[in-house]
Amino acid sequence: MSETAGTESIVGRGNREGARLFRQWFDGLGQAAEENRGGAYVFVMGSLGELLSTFDLPLVFPEINSLQTAVRHQAHDYLNEAEDVGYSPDICGYVKADVATQRRGGMLPMGRIPKPSIAVLTNACNTYIKWAEIWERMYKMPAYVLDIPASRQDGHPVNRHTPGFERDRKYVAAQLRELIVVLEQVTGKKFDVDRLRETMKHANTMSRGWKRVLELNQSRPSLFNALSDGTIYLGVCNGFRGHEAGAKYFDQLVEEMEYKRAHGIGTLVDERHRLLFVGVPCYPIFRRFTELFSEHGGTFVNSTYLWFASGGTNLGFEYELSDPLESLAEGLLTGVSDAMDSMFFQTKALVQMVDDFAVDGVVYHPVKSCRTTSTGQADSRRALMAERDVNSLFIESDMMDRRVVSEAQLKNRVDAFFEGLESRRNQAAAGLV
Amino acid sequence: MSAIRVFPEWRGKDLDGMLHAVVELLDDTEFPTVKRWREAGGKVVGHFQVYFPEEIAHAAGMLPFKMRGAPIEPKHADSHFGSYLCSILKTSLELVVSKRVELELFVTHPICDAARNLAAVFGRNFPYPCQILYLPQNATSPAAREYLAGEYARVRDLCGQIAGVTITDDALRNSIAVFNKNRELLRKLYAIKRETPWQVAMHEAYALVAIGGLMPREEHNELLEAVLPLLEARDRKKHDRVRVVFEGGFCEQPPFELIRAIGRSCYVVDDDLLIGLRWILADLPVTGDPLDALAWGYLERSSYSPVQHDPRKQKEDMLLERVRNSNASAVILAAAKMCEPGLEEQVAYVHALDEAKLPYFVTEFEENMTSYDTLEIQLETFVENLLFV
Repeated sequence: MSETAGTESIVGRGNREGARLFRQWFDGLGQAAEENRGGAYVFVMGSLGELLSTFDLPLVFPEINSLQTAVRHQAHDYLNEAEDVGYSPDICGYVKADVATQRRGGMLPMGRIPKPSIAVLTNACNTYIKWAEIWERMYKMPAYVLDIPASRQDGHPVNRHTPGFERDRKYVAAQLRELIVVLEQVTGKKFDVDRLRETMKHANTMSRGWKRVLELNQSRPSLFNALSDGTIYLGVCNGFRGHEAGAKYFDQLVEEMEYKRAHGIGTLVDERHRLLFVGVPCYPIFRRFTELFSEHGGTFVNSTYLWFASGGTNLGFEYELSDPLESLAEGLLTGVSDAMDSMFFQTKALVQMVDDFAVDGVVYHPVKSCRTTSTGQADSRRALMAERDVNSLFIESDMMDRRVVSEAQLKNRVDAFFEGLESRRNQAAAGLV
Repeated sequence: MSAIRVFPEWRGKDLDGMLHAVVELLDDTEFPTVKRWREAGGKVVGHFQVYFPEEIAHAAGMLPFKMRGAPIEPKHADSHFGSYLCSILKTSLELVVSKRVELELFVTHPICDAARNLAAVFGRNFPYPCQILYLPQNATSPAAREYLAGEYARVRDLCGQIAGVTITDDALRNSIAVFNKNRELLRKLYAIKRETPWQVAMHEAYALVAIGGLMPREEHNELLEAVLPLLEARDRKKHDRVRVVFEGGFCEQPPFELIRAIGRSCYVVDDDLLIGLRWILADLPVTGDPLDALAWGYLERSSYSPVQHDPRKQKEDMLLERVRNSNASAVILAAAKMCEPGLEEQVAYVHALDEAKLPYFVTEFEENMTSYDTLEIQLETFVENLLFV
């Protein structure tokens, strides 16, 4: 293969394949809905795709479905419908879009999703629990809350070498065994530990790959935009967790990134400023939001979103396949705790990212809809500023509700942020800082 | 038993004098009883809403201080938070940043997406431990009780370390007995509200409960033991008022003046105000493993709130039960502004009340709101409709 042909086939493959897989996944959901097969409703932080797919349950991620309505500029219709039946404008937009989706028989802009046979959720976000309670009332189906105790204190992350970890792991493992019984009842299928080993093996490949992909973006220029490209990779990371297709995708994605690094190929942006993103993307103006930064040569080299929304897969935790259930408990506890840490106790991780990724600026994006990721951001920013002399931007909008997104105001703030970055660079060049 | 007493103002007074002192204490945003406790050499655990096993702090000889925000302006705390958040987060931080109260330990709980961030926010700003107590959200798991007892053991060790004592099982059993007594007295207070609501105004009952989080519980017991018989013997005239349940006060508290205004319009015969102080519904065993007893109480003998998931306690069913048990004929469904669990639960409550054909009044509040005129008029209209239709 010539160099050009190699570049053409490899570069951009992650985005192309990601889009194809996403379509394939959604078509599968549509087929399940047509055949009246129930799905497993799950969330990105602790989806348990490894376990659920052994019961052949189609995985439905309501968070991803809801954000897709915003990306496709249709969220307002869904939000209005939910507000019309009593849901407050001040609660999570994802929940409201899903309420409207359920009221429409599962219809979404991308197709139709099946009804839930079961919901499996963790406590990584409290709204997961309130959300599942809505389905319980609508469908009278089981909602299993897998309770995962995470870090108790800043600076004391979950540590597998402590007695406390073992106590928590036992609690998670006991719940997994209870969940398996529920899944057997719901599906009428017997649990197959060998299938679990198989899906966990694929999950290992995906975790290893995701960790490597994130590390590789330390390259200069950065290889992918964590906000735009990263969200595509994240979709596969969640939707295909434990699948052979997911494992293959991440093997190839690592290959693509290694190739780009070896050939000095970055994103389409002429990279002038390397940025970190903290929070959830602005989906109502998803593409434009990224452009506000890329127009100034700003590229997002990493984000907390790629950590917590992958359920902590960024750690690269690999399961011990000889003892799958106990290892699944350990992996869940480790990964989901890390996801929570990257939302609540994020300062140290951000300091590390600033250093490792040679970051020029940090963009904090708290959103009205999500208090899990937004509540601590202003304070976390103060702590980061005390630790590192790095520019930062604090802009509030929403992940779903365009009524809370003012593009003009955002642009003003972003422009001023880049003026600050340029000024700082000029001063540095003049030896003034 | 704590020998320190921090609230002498009620002693030697008649009922009105006692109630006046109680309301004055609740109104005082300088938290004098907590300051007196510290001046006497005591240490303080600040525990955020909703429920905390206060017995553990008590057994360590510390004061469990219930952090429920305050009607103050968050001058310093505001810059630590963004928009779209409930007020109680900011005012709770303000209490400590402004040194109105000083703590040796702060504990929050994963009750909601906002509150679980507080351990991090406090931890970045204060040098003492600021932690999350992971109360189980899988309440029906057979493994939850053992897990929770283990989590309580962790908190016991932490409190002991801070207080410089080893907390024995006997000390914990003794604390459980003190709190059993307190819960019994609070149940009596609520029985008065339910059975003879004209004997105690809504704001009086509320203040009597709330100040329990500001003083040693033995002292609170002494106060309640003195006040309750006087309330029962009070010569108050029964009015023709609607009996209502107030729902929505499990975390951020409505302003005291709003509570007073509601009490002027109707008899509030039951509520979920400060439900964490009344979370355990029965006496806990004072024999055997005390931490297991606390865990059992939390999971098996407890009230309900929108922030605990327990399929055995569907919130709307529990609300209907509360209405039935208190013989109420209407419900005030309130929620703090920006309170995700409270606002979400309102939808289920409304549907359940519609089905049960029970009238209800929906509203939102904020602890810092200062104007109640419109709300009071709306509420009066609601009540008049019920009385005269």
